[in-house]
Amino acid sequence: MSKAAELAALIANVNKGSSLAAKNFIINGAQNVAQRGTSSTGLGGSTGYYVTDRNKLVFSTSGRLTMEQVADGPSGFLNATKLSCTTADTSIGAGENFLFSQYFEGQNLQSLKKGTSDAVPITVSFYVKGNASATYGMEIYDLDNTRSISTTFDVTTGWTRVEKTFAGDTSGALDDDNAASLAIFLWLHAGSDSNSGTLNTSWNSVTAANRTDSNNTSFFDSTSRTFFITGWQMEIGEKATEFEHEPYSVTLQKAQRYYIRRNAAGAYHYFGAGHVAAVDAGRIYTSFPVEMNHIPVLETSGTASDYACYNSDVDACTSVPALTNASTFETGIQLANSSNAFTLRSGCNLMANNTTDAFLAFESEL
Amino acid sequence: MKFKDAKYINDYTDSTKDPYITIYAVVDGRHLSIPCVVGNRYYDEAMKQVKAGTLTIKDAD
Repeated sequence: MSKAAELAALIANVNKGSSLAAKNFIINGAQNVAQRGTSSTGLGGSTGYYVTDRNKLVFSTSGRLTMEQVADGPSGFLNATKLSCTTADTSIGAGENFLFSQYFEGQNLQSLKKGTSDAVPITVSFYVKGNASATYGMEIYDLDNTRSISTTFDVTTGWTRVEKTFAGDTSGALDDDNAASLAIFLWLHAGSDSNSGTLNTSWNSVTAANRTDSNNTSFFDSTSRTFFITGWQMEIGEKATEFEHEPYSVTLQKAQRYYIRRNAAGAYHYFGAGHVAAVDAGRIYTSFPVEMNHIPVLETSGTASDYACYNSDVDACTSVPALTNASTFETGIQLANSSNAFTLRSGCNLMANNTTDAFLAFESEL
Repeated sequence: MKFKDAKYINDYTDSTKDPYITIYAVVDGRHLSIPCVVGNRYYDEAMKQVKAGTLTIKDAD
């Protein structure tokens, strides 16, 4: 795109209601943040969030894959998310699927004016490549009103930018709250329940069979299949504008509304301070760097002895740390020692107990 | 979500105060402390499975 055309597209989008800054509704579009780690294998049995932040993998398949954050990308991008098929699924059941997705809070989407006569178009863009040519489906799905619109996109062996524009939807307003209202689904595997009809290319109430195309390539068709993505953007307007790069710290803070992970940086890492309220129980308190979407769950290593309470001595925990008095801004964490080893009414720290396996992760994903 | 070893966790400092602060469970292989708050997707799913009779949550110690 020439500079003049780029400027014209930008102005046109601003006139539709887009912003010059913070125009991208996708969080972690450049795939730079990976709090959960840079690789996870054997995925496919459970829907969830893995590796690169905010990307939700929805599974119903016997296929399995490895997900990685890799140092790859078109010019200007340092990272991409790579999916590699490790177990093929060539006998596709009617209800099977695999969706690479991102979910959005309704309160962040009110500028789309969805459900009004002023509804604005949105444009989704991203860079993709794979091991071979493929055609996949893309769907914008309104979770509040069970409406959707779909298209397809092509993948080649080199980085190409996909740019797809969707009309504004004058039906179905999105809830103005912190719950998931809209999702983008990239259909990488689909059974006949989802692709045996006619692709739904305009906003309609969801008809399952029309959600993706009958020619949808299956990511699980062979163990040589790969899928790379980066530069994912969703913006208001009818033209894809240049990807909005942002500092790592800005992306991290956006992602931390949904997931915060604190790994043990050393064998005796301190996670936080508090007090011993009983000889067998202590509490620490920790604030979140940003208000979380909702009261989170706490994930631990699952091994009580990975954690210790340090007051007069380092005493291993006998139960894994547990939440108490949690809110969206901060939480207490309970520590236990069934041998009554804690010193009553002393200060204490929650620490790693001579291991870097200890971690605390707070999750409030959509 | 597949729950395993689900158990209520009480207030460690006073078990009579609130026996149902959180649920400890292994969920899809992850060790979670789940707040007993309606609207938390893990708690809601656990309650759904309890109601359906497919999940039993042990009482706190």
